[in-house]
Amino acid sequence: MTVEYTERGMLKYSEKLLERFRNPKHIGEMENPTVVAEEGDPQCGDMFRLYLKIEDDRIVDAKFLSFGCAANIATGDMTVELVKGKTVAEAERLQIKEIADALGGLPLIKMHCAVLSYKTLKKALAEYRKSRAGSVSPPQG
Amino acid sequence: MRVYLDNGTTTPVAPEVVEAMLPYFTEKFGHPVFPYSLGQEAADAVERAQEIIARSINARPEEVVFTSGATQANDMAIRGVAYANRNRGRHLITTKVENPSVLRVCERLEKEGFRVDYLPVDAEGFVDTAELEKRLSDETILVSVANVNDEIGTIEPVEEIGEILRERQRKIYFHVNAAAGYGRVEVDVKKIGADLVSLSAHKIHGPKGVGALYVAEGTPIEPVYFGYISLFNLRPGTENIPGIVGFGRAVELMMENFERDVAHMTRLRDRLISGFEEIPHTLINGPRGKKRSPANVSCSFKGLEGESMMLHLDLNGISVATGSACSTTKLEPSHVLTAIGLKAAVAHGTIRFTLSRYNTEEEIDYTLSVVPRVVEQLRRISPVKPEQL
Repeated sequence: MTVEYTERGMLKYSEKLLERFRNPKHIGEMENPTVVAEEGDPQCGDMFRLYLKIEDDRIVDAKFLSFGCAANIATGDMTVELVKGKTVAEAERLQIKEIADALGGLPLIKMHCAVLSYKTLKKALAEYRKSRAGSVSPPQG
Repeated sequence: MRVYLDNGTTTPVAPEVVEAMLPYFTEKFGHPVFPYSLGQEAADAVERAQEIIARSINARPEEVVFTSGATQANDMAIRGVAYANRNRGRHLITTKVENPSVLRVCERLEKEGFRVDYLPVDAEGFVDTAELEKRLSDETILVSVANVNDEIGTIEPVEEIGEILRERQRKIYFHVNAAAGYGRVEVDVKKIGADLVSLSAHKIHGPKGVGALYVAEGTPIEPVYFGYISLFNLRPGTENIPGIVGFGRAVELMMENFERDVAHMTRLRDRLISGFEEIPHTLINGPRGKKRSPANVSCSFKGLEGESMMLHLDLNGISVATGSACSTTKLEPSHVLTAIGLKAAVAHGTIRFTLSRYNTEEEIDYTLSVVPRVVEQLRRISPVKPEQL
């Protein structure tokens, strides 16, 4: 992975990232999601909301909303793409680096954007696990 | 359509300026310190530029020193005067809304044992002059305030500040960074009562890499750069002759067309402002009317993030600047927007549109057709609702 960060104060985005920013495939609201999770704070300049529709432990649909920069939108879109169609267990194994790599790298200063969508995904999946644990098989013992 | 609305960052060089510069690259390329004819030609060109620039600010030619730009002029002025006056006191006053090229120098001086006060501003960005009077002490040696705020276009009361400083028994030097104001408002060093004024060429359709510092005769100032002394002992090194010639020509054009250009930019500015005011949940930052730079429109669109907005406008051919943290490597919202009391979440959605004499009514029509559409598009994909901010 290439981390492009220069002391010139410039932010150099990869072509892949810019293409995702211009034409995100998974952005928008979702009706009747299984779980919704949100991370970030507009005061800090970025906020991310993730919707997952899960059937039989498989993510059959995913969408997101973003208040943030180009990297926020692009990493959000890539995160959704990487988990859509996967099982919950598979999605739980997603790494931050995979998100950045799939975008052709992220400027170091924008790595927190990948972290934000990753954290939101983790939160959504944890919530899903919790709701399942409560309704299906209560813990033994 | 390509629309350049980031003239506060830099401007295109006027064709007349390029034409004036060209001979100084290949034919009149001499070094100005040597008395042979090629050298004299270069020295004469520098003198002519000094005369033009001096006239534009009501100064004398010998009081104009060429620099690499306003950033260097600010550094030379602030550190130079601080060092030369350190025995009279070690206190400086500036404001919270200065350009980083002033603030970083002040922070450096603080590390060297100087004390610096940063004056607050009101919600429109005006410096609190009552607070200035309170902070002046027997230790104060220099006050530095820009005549126009480069982010939100506030025209600061520099004449009033000059007056306050003149009334003191003790001489307090006054530096004005006029990089954002030159060509937008009148800069008269006598009316302001300024001892030092920083100017930049590339913000008035001159070339990049050249600026000037006005130093009033008799101002104690130490050089902060050392090396081969050329025409100016404050700024050693071979002068950027083509740049200086271009700067001079740019100032000539600026002065010839000043009133017409200001009226033109003011008309376009007010069209943009009234257009943006119709977009819901939108704030115009800075004052309205005569106390605002004719070239500046700063606008916060609530519920969206500035970098995304900037890049979407770029996709539509429009170049603008943003006050969003995400466009810099610091990830903090602009210090100016914070100083006028904007919430960080709102500051992040700020776009700065800056005009020049070359912008047209058609470009403004186009911009006013694109901006509301992009704002709506970005608000639609945002989890933050503008009415919550």
